[in-house]
Amino acid sequence: MRNTAKDIMLYRIRKGIANAPEPSPIPNDFRERDERDRAAILEDFIDRLVDYKAIVTRTNDTDLPQAIVDACQQQGITQIVIPADLSASWIPANVTALKDDPPLTYADLDKSSAVLTGCAIAIAQTGTIILDGGATQGRRVLSLIPDRHLCVVRAEQVVGLVPEAIARLTRRSTHPITLISGPSATSDIELSRVEGVHGPRTLHVFVVRDY
Amino acid sequence: MTSKSLPMFPQAAKSALANSQLRRNLGKATTTIRNKRDSVVSELPDWEALRTAGSTIKARVMRHLDEYLLQLEASVQRAGGQVHWARDAGEANRIITAIVQGTGANRVVKVKSLTTDEIHLNDALAKAGIRAIETDLAELIIQLAGETSSHILVPAIHKNRSEIRDLFRRTIAQGQDLSDDPKQLAAAARRYLREQFLSAQVALSGANFAVAETGTICVVESEGNGRMCITLPQTLITVMGIEKILPTFGDFAVFLQLLPRSSTGERMNPYTSLWTGVTPGDGPQSFHLVLLDNGRTQVLSDDVGRQTLHCIRCSACLNICPVYSRTGGHAYGSVYPGPIGAILTPQLVGIQRAKSLPYASTLCGACYEVCPVKINIPEVLLHLRGEVTRHASPLHPEALAMRELAHIFASPERYERAQQLARRGQRFFVHGGMINHLPGMLAGWTTARDLAPIPKQSFRDWWRERQKESQS
Repeated sequence: MRNTAKDIMLYRIRKGIANAPEPSPIPNDFRERDERDRAAILEDFIDRLVDYKAIVTRTNDTDLPQAIVDACQQQGITQIVIPADLSASWIPANVTALKDDPPLTYADLDKSSAVLTGCAIAIAQTGTIILDGGATQGRRVLSLIPDRHLCVVRAEQVVGLVPEAIARLTRRSTHPITLISGPSATSDIELSRVEGVHGPRTLHVFVVRDY
Repeated sequence: MTSKSLPMFPQAAKSALANSQLRRNLGKATTTIRNKRDSVVSELPDWEALRTAGSTIKARVMRHLDEYLLQLEASVQRAGGQVHWARDAGEANRIITAIVQGTGANRVVKVKSLTTDEIHLNDALAKAGIRAIETDLAELIIQLAGETSSHILVPAIHKNRSEIRDLFRRTIAQGQDLSDDPKQLAAAARRYLREQFLSAQVALSGANFAVAETGTICVVESEGNGRMCITLPQTLITVMGIEKILPTFGDFAVFLQLLPRSSTGERMNPYTSLWTGVTPGDGPQSFHLVLLDNGRTQVLSDDVGRQTLHCIRCSACLNICPVYSRTGGHAYGSVYPGPIGAILTPQLVGIQRAKSLPYASTLCGACYEVCPVKINIPEVLLHLRGEVTRHASPLHPEALAMRELAHIFASPERYERAQQLARRGQRFFVHGGMINHLPGMLAGWTTARDLAPIPKQSFRDWWRERQKESQS
């Protein structure tokens, strides 16, 4: 039988590493947790978001629906895409809600100016919001095509460091996961930074905490 | 594969150095990114621990690459993806062309990928009548201009904004009123590419990482073009070098800290996408992973050179390199420039085809210090220089000269006679106590450095005299 490309590649690899030494055990002396109190971690998160020019609204459970309504009004949003399972109380009454059920077409999404989602986890250290397709987040395309992304982050979803987020995500590792750290950006022309290339050009984060 | 040699670095560097726009843009880019990297790396008290972890994880990947590849294949298949093995560029290109043809598409959108540049995939697709559209802004610019990349991270850094405006007016923004404001130029690219994304049936990507345990592929980017490509079309084809593996999902804890800080100097890049096979109702419903060798197993078999495969393509070594930051990427004649290119290219294509590259370095060691996975680039450079010499013809002038020197150095009498001869001969060349220009074939030594003349009295002369004096 003729050897397949796979057989030949595996043979070359095994020959190549036959005399390679067994590497030392992988050290884990890097930081795995941010031990500071929650308030400090949350402040870091907000600080990082502001650093890459996301709009941040601090609010609580009671005031969240009104904060969303206000944001839509201020930004001139007239229709907003929402995942099929978004909390009814979040849906702003002053705009047309486009529910992704049945699934919206790319053309529908391209015409709408904003999307409202929740998130799975957020990382304070890097100001990252993570979507994993779970509750209140919907399909990946929803938070990709519309020009504005309004995202609700609850205080208890914010972890300190990258390793904490990865540990929490492991359970969901085979779902489509998107890590978002600020609006899309390019520095490709003379290294001058332009915010907003293909993804949403505006990211508005509602940080919800029970004060 | 062609067996043509790459251009010699010193000649290519000379013309790059004469291009003042390139030098200005490159100087600004490398300095800015280097400073940003310094500042975000210094935020992490455990940076060295992360580097060590990254390096050890990669060493383990290489030691067990066969097992991890089989595990990755099984994981991707379990998640509904298809896996293909390609020994070289030609095989990879044939596999990818056939998949695209199978969908009936004659156009594909592409995420920036060095690996697809390495195998000249766009040319192969064009021959089959398939148009590949680069969607990263810089890649689009150089594709429209018919040029090649000058920097891994910012490939169009050699071009100015007005050149880009003129280029866009001729191509994707005909008849549009366009200024040279980068914001307007980016918006023009957004308009053009949005149509491409929404209508494309097939996307092509590379991979920053692939997790053996879960089959999860990771693409790290800034603009959102990557998300568009891996989400919108129905078919997604990912090409990755076999060395891009991580054993477990948990290893992202290390690499998603090392890569963005080393690469763009950000705490985290704007978008990172992870996907595993296909997900019903979300994204492409057909996923193909092409595992590429193309010389990598050859690198793997070299005990010193093996660590080159740890590279995560961050480009920190380019920005810190005193040679690269002046010549730019074109002088290296390969898609992999800078210090990492100087060790990777000769090993991938064969040392005989790129023998000037291991010398394209001052051996200052800065690249090793900034490497997030601790590749000892100077060590590999020296090792490859040794290989170049070992492979040289015994009739090569340098080899002949070295043999003659060995003969002279082997006997004290011959050594002293040679010294006397040189002392007499050198007086025509000593200026201000230094020799700064030697004639003929010896000129190679003095083009880049001065030579100290042989002193009037050697140590041996001095010692002999001292002995005589003490006896008398």
